[in-house]
Amino acid sequence: MEAKTQVAFPAETLELVKRIIARYPEGKQKSALLPILHLAQAEWRWCSPEVMDYVASLLNIQPVEVYEVATFYTMFHLEPVGEHVIEYCRTGPCCLMGGVEVYDHLKKRLGIETGETTADGKFTIKEVECLAACGWGPVFQIREKYYMHLTKEKVDQIIDELGK
Amino acid sequence: MKILTEHIDVPNIETIDVFMKHGGYQAVTKALKNMSPDEVTEEVKKSGLRGRGGAGFPVGMKWSFLAKPEGVPRYLVCNADESEPGTFKDHYLMAKSPHTLIEGMIVSSFALGANTSYIYVRGELMYVIHILEKAIQEAYDKGFLGKNILGSGYDLDLYVQPGGGAYICGEETALLESLEGKRGNPRNKPPFPAVKGLWQCPTVVNNVESISATSWIVNNGGDAYAAIGEGRSTGTKLISVSGHVKKPGVYEIPLGITVEDFIFSEEWCGGIRDGHKLKAVIAGGSSVPILPAELILTTANGEKRRMTYESLSDGGFATGTMLGSGGFIVMDETTCIVHNTLTFASFYHHESCGQCSPCREGTGWMDKVLHRIESGEGRKEDVDLLVDVAKKIEGNTICPLGDAASWPVAAAIRHFRDEFEWHIEHPELATKPGAVYMRPGASWSN
Repeated sequence: MEAKTQVAFPAETLELVKRIIARYPEGKQKSALLPILHLAQAEWRWCSPEVMDYVASLLNIQPVEVYEVATFYTMFHLEPVGEHVIEYCRTGPCCLMGGVEVYDHLKKRLGIETGETTADGKFTIKEVECLAACGWGPVFQIREKYYMHLTKEKVDQIIDELGK
Repeated sequence: MKILTEHIDVPNIETIDVFMKHGGYQAVTKALKNMSPDEVTEEVKKSGLRGRGGAGFPVGMKWSFLAKPEGVPRYLVCNADESEPGTFKDHYLMAKSPHTLIEGMIVSSFALGANTSYIYVRGELMYVIHILEKAIQEAYDKGFLGKNILGSGYDLDLYVQPGGGAYICGEETALLESLEGKRGNPRNKPPFPAVKGLWQCPTVVNNVESISATSWIVNNGGDAYAAIGEGRSTGTKLISVSGHVKKPGVYEIPLGITVEDFIFSEEWCGGIRDGHKLKAVIAGGSSVPILPAELILTTANGEKRRMTYESLSDGGFATGTMLGSGGFIVMDETTCIVHNTLTFASFYHHESCGQCSPCREGTGWMDKVLHRIESGEGRKEDVDLLVDVAKKIEGNTICPLGDAASWPVAAAIRHFRDEFEWHIEHPELATKPGAVYMRPGASWSN
């Protein structure tokens, strides 16, 4: 399967891709799919069809094998997203700690609903399930960073900081 | 008595030098130089250690099922997909003391004869993956991983694999599918992973906490581990506490302390937050039955309930619950049980993989009906409808997600039926912001 696109990782990332594929036995390179989709999303923010086709070509698998996986796992964005994707935990324990009020404030502050992106392309809000940080809730995540013990004031501070 | 967290607050314990200064990697030396793989397995069997991911199946017995055909590689896969709401103990342990898990992985892989092992971590914990990868590199540099470890002739490579945000991948066969680069659809069993697991090779899948405990068992012996705890609940357990206690967080407890002591003593949770009363507890992660205050503190026989597999399940589902993963969610009298149950029903609806109709459709129905009740549009027959749907999911699916989805709904209605009925009968009261039903005469009511 030839890549039909101009999408390509920088040389350094391609080296990392090689090292990841080497973690698995010969012929089991498909196992590298999730790690490489994470790299792709870090590079291009979301998994467009072109990006997924490119990932398929790197692993020598069919594009549909990438599509079926990317659509199953909720971490992969299948639509364009903003610069900062705020993924807040809506599950029980975070709600017990006042999560609903905090997240309502977040939406009001940014003027968008869950699943939407601000007009300036800075922020996207997504609702996610339990982030395994229940004792430190309410919690949201932006890329790799966890923001915990959230309050309305803390949310304002974080948005001010990232919105600069 | 601390086994996993004794040194967890030592500064820089995440570095191998500090970890080794506090006794780290002695189990690797002992196992690889002085013990055979079978001897390690024997100690783990003697310890009585039970799977800490939730099922509580004896670890040593699971290991002994591993098929060992000649010339076929065997694998150890660590389940670090921790996604059960209320559970964050593995997150805490790996982030603060990654070498505790890595040391356990080496000892356990040696016992199983695995030369390649994987730690499957939920993808959201990418920062923890970086911590683990750094620690693994340190272990390679010190000669605890790689070829001919400590001159023993034993080789082991260890890798970390990220998930992609799917609760179902905590189910061991879904995890293996995911590790093969596929959708996380659970497999039919048999064959069990011990016979046909990762890439159809014999595989053991164990939880982070289970694997981490094996180094202490190698160092101190299975009997010493079995001496901690009570009956068949041996050793210590990490309990992750969330909700309305004064001190939420992760605690390592010796199994056997009373629930009352755990919730109210200063040593552990410190009691319910100021001015409030205990209403209910979900003791082992969101899928186990919720219990009202009086039943979580005291069994139906009037005994003080204790933090063990047996005591928590005393009374079956009628009056008991399960230790599960140790995700301990505490609720005070301000909690609306209907809303709380709805959040979990939505969770399971979202996380159902869609393979089995009872789960795919049933979780959607429960979510929808609970949403209707919560928003003041409940119908008289809805409570019985929920019970009926839950019953029809339970036991009728390939994997335990169906059970996990049906139990919380069934238990909430079992113990708080009046609260659901109040929502249906008094929608004008129930939909007011912050409205919570107060059961007349209950210990948590005003």
